[in-house]
Amino acid sequence: MSSIATQLQHRTGRAVLDALAHVGRFAGLVMEMIRGLPEWRIWLPRTMQEAYSIGVGSLFIVILISSFAGAVTALQAGYQFTGNIPIYVVGSLVTESIVLELGPVLCGLILAGRIGARYAAELGTMRVTEQIDALESLGRAPSSHLLIPRVLGCLLMIPILVIFANVMGVLAGWAAAKSALPISDQDFIYGARVFWRPFDAYYSIIKGFFFAGAIGLISCYMGYTTQQGAAGVGRSTTGAVVTASVIILLLDTLLAKLLLH
Amino acid sequence: MIEIKNLAKRFGATVILDDVNLTVREGDTLALLGPSGTGKSVLLKHIIGLLRPDSGEVIVDDQHVELLSRKDLSTLRRSIGYVFQNGALFDSMDVFENIRLGLTDQKEFRNLEYAKERIAECLRLVNLPEDTQRKMPAELSGGMRKRVGIARAIAGRPKYVLYDEPTSGLDPVNSDIIDALIMRLDTELNVTGVMVTHDVRGAFRTADRIALLTGGKIIAEGTPEEFRASDNPEVRAFLERDFELASS
Repeated sequence: MSSIATQLQHRTGRAVLDALAHVGRFAGLVMEMIRGLPEWRIWLPRTMQEAYSIGVGSLFIVILISSFAGAVTALQAGYQFTGNIPIYVVGSLVTESIVLELGPVLCGLILAGRIGARYAAELGTMRVTEQIDALESLGRAPSSHLLIPRVLGCLLMIPILVIFANVMGVLAGWAAAKSALPISDQDFIYGARVFWRPFDAYYSIIKGFFFAGAIGLISCYMGYTTQQGAAGVGRSTTGAVVTASVIILLLDTLLAKLLLH
Repeated sequence: MIEIKNLAKRFGATVILDDVNLTVREGDTLALLGPSGTGKSVLLKHIIGLLRPDSGEVIVDDQHVELLSRKDLSTLRRSIGYVFQNGALFDSMDVFENIRLGLTDQKEFRNLEYAKERIAECLRLVNLPEDTQRKMPAELSGGMRKRVGIARAIAGRPKYVLYDEPTSGLDPVNSDIIDALIMRLDTELNVTGVMVTHDVRGAFRTADRIALLTGGKIIAEGTPEEFRASDNPEVRAFLERDFELASS
């Protein structure tokens, strides 16, 4: 019995130490990036390349996912709202659901998979093939060459992709509602405007920024601290996607509590 | 001059380096021999500050590497070229851009005309044709990758060059080409070199001094002649297999 208790204590202690080590390394990485900010001649052109790559490369999948989300929301709303509920409420529901929740969250989760996995795998491979050591050996800071451009690229493009997701989601929801429900354009627009507040759009973009930070920082951290060969790269990639996804959902809850109440 | 004093390093419970002392004089090429996994590359990474010692001192040109600030370490690294075991070429960049990153002086790096001239010169020094510049690392053979790695390391005209297993994984012909290249760089550019290797024959051909690292300690050091004549049983045992070849 005492042996089980000792083992439990040992494992708990190890988990706490591991978590603290991660926090310390993560803080160190963020500090490294802050110190690299004055080297703007290096990170600025690379940031533009990353932003272009994120934006162009992710636009199709973001539009696809948000369009399906908008269409399904409209169709399910039509199925549920029977009896005395006015049909224009479908417009309210689609717009608010997409802008407040589905647009930013689905966009964040998709990009955590697409961008997060790519960054973690790229940086992890660079770590295990000594390319990051090579950069350091040349007197160059990995933060300004590799990390800052990726994180800023995310911060620049992901909120823009969230705007695209919102617009496409609402338009697809509108089209789906019109095709399957007895709702006119005027009803949908009225419904969309009746509960609309300008802050809803800001809230959506604020979420996009937070999710972008989570995706950029977590995937860069996971990739940059990769150890032990190809298996390590695999672990970092999976870890980056899972951790970024969980953090996105946590941030989603936290921001709803802080900004909507 | 490079001085290593009482250097110790462990990873977890495993002791890698234990009280290592070593001096590399200016202009010399020192070959660091030793079996695989004895910490030769770890020692090399301490010289350029990629690893920090648990205890001991690493002194390059009177500067304590382990105590340098980020900025000073970056400045020191510009005087040291590092040739990685597998080249460590940036696989998203072509050969031209890889070598250009070796131009550690920012004015030289930004001056495209100078960069073109210097990169062509470096490629000539490592016996690679000029059309290699636009190739991606994935298009190069193992020997060519190593030579591009050397070209990148010398592009910034370093005072020191550290070679991590420069001939590992190469056939004898390519190994000879790399050995000849190291000797040429030594005579033409007068760089101070530290070469980690377990290629005994190459070490005897290229080095002014040889050291043997085993069990985390330097157990023997001397000129190739002194090394050959050593009666240290661990040196004899290590050289036994390759000694005839090395003498040839």
